[in-house]
Amino acid sequence: MDITFKNVSYTYQPNSPFEYKALHDLSFHIDSGSFVAIIGHTGSGKSTLIQHLNGLVQPTEGSVTIGPYQLLADEKNKKLRELREKVGVVFQYPEHQLFEETVEKDIAFGPANFGVNETEIDNRTKEAIKAVRLDESMLARSPFDLSGGQMRRVAIAGVLAMNPEVLVLDEPTAGLDPRGQKEIMNMFSRLHQEKQLTTVLVTHSMEDALAYADHVIILNHGEVYQEGAPIELFKQKESLQAVQLDVPEVIEFITKVSDKFDVHHSYHGQSITELAKELAQLVKGGHDHE
Amino acid sequence: MSSTMMIGQYIPGSSVVHRLDPRTKIAIIFFFVVIVFFANSVMSYGLLTLFAVGSAFATRIKVRYILKGLKPVWFLIAFTFLLHLFVTREGEVIATVLGWDLYREAVIQGATISLRFFLLIMVTSLLTLTTTPIEITDAIEHLLGPLKKVRFPVHELALMMSISLRFIPTLMQETEKISKAQASRGVDFRTGSFKDRIKAIIPLLVPLFVSAFKRAEELAMAMEARGYKGGEGRTKLRELQVGRMDYMISGLFLLLAIGLFFTRN
Repeated sequence: MDITFKNVSYTYQPNSPFEYKALHDLSFHIDSGSFVAIIGHTGSGKSTLIQHLNGLVQPTEGSVTIGPYQLLADEKNKKLRELREKVGVVFQYPEHQLFEETVEKDIAFGPANFGVNETEIDNRTKEAIKAVRLDESMLARSPFDLSGGQMRRVAIAGVLAMNPEVLVLDEPTAGLDPRGQKEIMNMFSRLHQEKQLTTVLVTHSMEDALAYADHVIILNHGEVYQEGAPIELFKQKESLQAVQLDVPEVIEFITKVSDKFDVHHSYHGQSITELAKELAQLVKGGHDHE
Repeated sequence: MSSTMMIGQYIPGSSVVHRLDPRTKIAIIFFFVVIVFFANSVMSYGLLTLFAVGSAFATRIKVRYILKGLKPVWFLIAFTFLLHLFVTREGEVIATVLGWDLYREAVIQGATISLRFFLLIMVTSLLTLTTTPIEITDAIEHLLGPLKKVRFPVHELALMMSISLRFIPTLMQETEKISKAQASRGVDFRTGSFKDRIKAIIPLLVPLFVSAFKRAEELAMAMEARGYKGGEGRTKLRELQVGRMDYMISGLFLLLAIGLFFTRN
């Protein structure tokens, strides 16, 4: 589903000493089927933004359009339920939302709320647990007996079982070990392609934004600071540092090597290890010539 | 961040009232609450109101905000007034409204009781508006100090108070976070039958309790790791200090109390 923000502003606790304007006149567009990363340092309005995507909050000014649904400043949307079924949100530390006696019941909780019939729920539960790479034998266990990483996967499965068309991810890898982070991100990337989802990823990790997103929106103080293709944005070191963001390691390294040794190497999605191999090859190649 | 505010939620500031020693504030409010019940003439009520309104202005917090904070109690005050209006049957009848006799005493009693009520709530909310919860607990620990002689666990009580106060905002944030997560999974907290709504609370309460217990355990462990072993011989980071301002304000309050007794009938 296409997502459009038009002049959206959001204010917390208006008309009180605690008034705080989190979003200022925000406008952008996300194409259906794209993988978009939203980055920005703490307090830039990322979390507030994603709460607009399934109608948890209503804009104070402006309008948000998600497919056929529209959220306006002073009008209650009566189709919030439908919207929430179509837009799955994986919040930060989603394992905190687990509550059922068994993993199976917890995964089934979302679809059951949206009135999906039992055989269908059963299919979806099994599909979801497979999608997050957990064994089906886990279904009968209590979610509170699992490890942190497993709990995270169960919580994600609970959102996937709703069969959303838009998947919103709020720092889904926070607090996981490097291997777990990579597995989870690869899983989302695979799901994105298999199910033709529209994915919105909120992240602090420039590396993830670079590796997975095809469009990046940088927020600063509740405004769109820059947007565009990740590879283009991440080349502009000064403008990133102006909003306390860093250039991804790989790109930083390539730039330094290129400058220092006068070689022209370009980024094409390689990891640090792959880059190291490429450079080693380059150096060896150099020796061959001498 | 929650969109709802609590009555008397602390608002940072640097007014005279903010800077007073919390013990002075608590003591003044304690005695104010007592002497409110001695007032019985127009003049004495006037004095008390003057004091309350004067202190409210001295806090430099917007009047509109102070009144907004009292919103939940307006209903109670109005209810008290009406109750007196209809229940008290003394004095002469001054008017008849829709076949109901209004007695003079009823109006007077209704008005005075509501005024008392208003003054009490207003002054106590000024305390919490201008004093951090930590200052209040510190002050209470000090003021209850003498009770240690009779083996009353003053320090433990104060610690319990400050821990629970410290975790109110955390728990509120947690509640909001989890309720948003569950709302995203299709839970509807607002509509449906009473039974449905009670059922909708379970997915909220279970995770909340789980995290509260986890937090409590972590806190206990962190305290032990840092060598906490009760109040015996423990020094304070912030020492409370009574200054000139405290004596002046207390003096002013004493004058008010004396004035009150002279203006009584």
